[in-house]
Amino acid sequence: MKYLCLVYMEKDKLHAVPDSECLACGNGFRQSGLLVAAEALQPVETATTVRVRNGKVAITDGPFAETKEQLAGFYLVEARDLNEALQIAAKIPPAREGSVEVRPVRELTP
Amino acid sequence: MAADSIQQTIEAVYQTESRRVLATLIRLLGDFDHAEEALHDAFRAALEQWPRDGVPANPRAWLVSAGRFKAIDAARRRKRFDSLDEAGEKADVGVWDTAAWADEESVEDDRLRLIFTCCHPALAPDAQVALTLREVCGLTTEEIAQAFLTPAPTLAQRIVRAKGKIRDARIPYEVPARADLPERLDAVLRVIYLVFNEGYAASSGERVTRHDVSGEAIRVGRLLIELLPEPEAQGLLAMMLLHDSRRAARTSPSGDVVLLDDQDRSLWNRDQIAEGSRLVQQALSSGRGGPYAIQAAIAAVHAEAADATATDWSEIVGLYDVLMGMTPSPIIELNRAVAVAMRDGPEAGLAIIDRILARGELRDYRLAHAARAELCRRLGRTSEARASFKRALALTKQEPERRLLERRLGELST
Repeated sequence: MKYLCLVYMEKDKLHAVPDSECLACGNGFRQSGLLVAAEALQPVETATTVRVRNGKVAITDGPFAETKEQLAGFYLVEARDLNEALQIAAKIPPAREGSVEVRPVRELTP
Repeated sequence: MAADSIQQTIEAVYQTESRRVLATLIRLLGDFDHAEEALHDAFRAALEQWPRDGVPANPRAWLVSAGRFKAIDAARRRKRFDSLDEAGEKADVGVWDTAAWADEESVEDDRLRLIFTCCHPALAPDAQVALTLREVCGLTTEEIAQAFLTPAPTLAQRIVRAKGKIRDARIPYEVPARADLPERLDAVLRVIYLVFNEGYAASSGERVTRHDVSGEAIRVGRLLIELLPEPEAQGLLAMMLLHDSRRAARTSPSGDVVLLDDQDRSLWNRDQIAEGSRLVQQALSSGRGGPYAIQAAIAAVHAEAADATATDWSEIVGLYDVLMGMTPSPIIELNRAVAVAMRDGPEAGLAIIDRILARGELRDYRLAHAARAELCRRLGRTSEARASFKRALALTKQEPERRLLERRLGELST
């Protein structure tokens, strides 16, 4: 069974935990064979939301804000830049019904 | 004396070249803020060196090169303090990239890259507008804030956030691929249109001190068709020119709104009309003209007429029909109804407006009620006209528009 562990933080506390500690934790999990993938994210200001309605791709600045929608899954993708990431996101089937929030990964500094 | 004239030369070069140099520096340095800093440093170097060494044969290439070297210096200085500075590594890569920046074609492409990046749909619409005015037009934050009646710190924050997103989410500095071009071009045209409208609406008010952003929109529109002569870009520029041509006639000396029918057409700018009409022809003859080209064509029909009664209203109704087919909207339907009233009489127009209002979509749209009031007045249905004028008045927020409606209301015979 796989489990997704989502990390939530207040904006002011984003750097309250040192990156080095998170890296060490990830390495430890990886060595024990527990970790599938882990990434830190850029702040919510960098988010872009993709929706597909009637076959048309709609791109908007910001995170999705529909409280009725809930986190239903995730794809961690490798893309050259935001344009490519948005193209991939628009192909994710639930983009037709809900929203796909695209957020860049932040490299942790050791 | 000689120093003075070199100073003037540098100012003139700043006017004509600074945006081009900036656009190229952003590509070379991969960062808006570093590029802006490098641009300033390059002009500071010009102020020191040109009076001594003379003005270089190619000022633009000189400035790009000076800016690039200043940026590399700055990156090295930063690197000394922080050995992992990413920008430093990026700038160093740029050192070896020698021939890439000098030729005309890549410099022109850089201007397009800059426009498309500032108007990227992943940025908030108000940020796209602010960034375009700041980076493409070179307006200061204070000028933009004044034009949009927004506090300068709010506007500055908007620009900082947008640049942060471009950097952190990695919005690429490129002209979109052919497949994406139509949609991305739409986004650029929408930004230019928003900028134009802001200035156009403002010019009817008391806010005469606001920066002439309509003029900036026209400038970007010109630049765009120079770089990318697409029919809709031509259509938008034509529409802006044709609307702007009426600027002097749109307000009375006391600052009141003068409606199209009552305007002194001798005040219309004939050069803008000629340029606009020529562009409409080009856009429509391509067979790929869209909503902007059609709206420009409507404005061109008005521009051709000596007065309101001499206007070819059948042609205008026909153009609104085409527009409705492309982008159906109750506001276009309303405009069409007004044209129908001119062609077939007020009763025919009123019937359409009442149908639109009955659907409820434009119930709170002041111009729907103002148009209804006007048609009722022409039909002698005074009490209905009065009620609709009052409804329009309750919905209007603009001072000059309020005065116009009150005047019309007062003119109704009791």
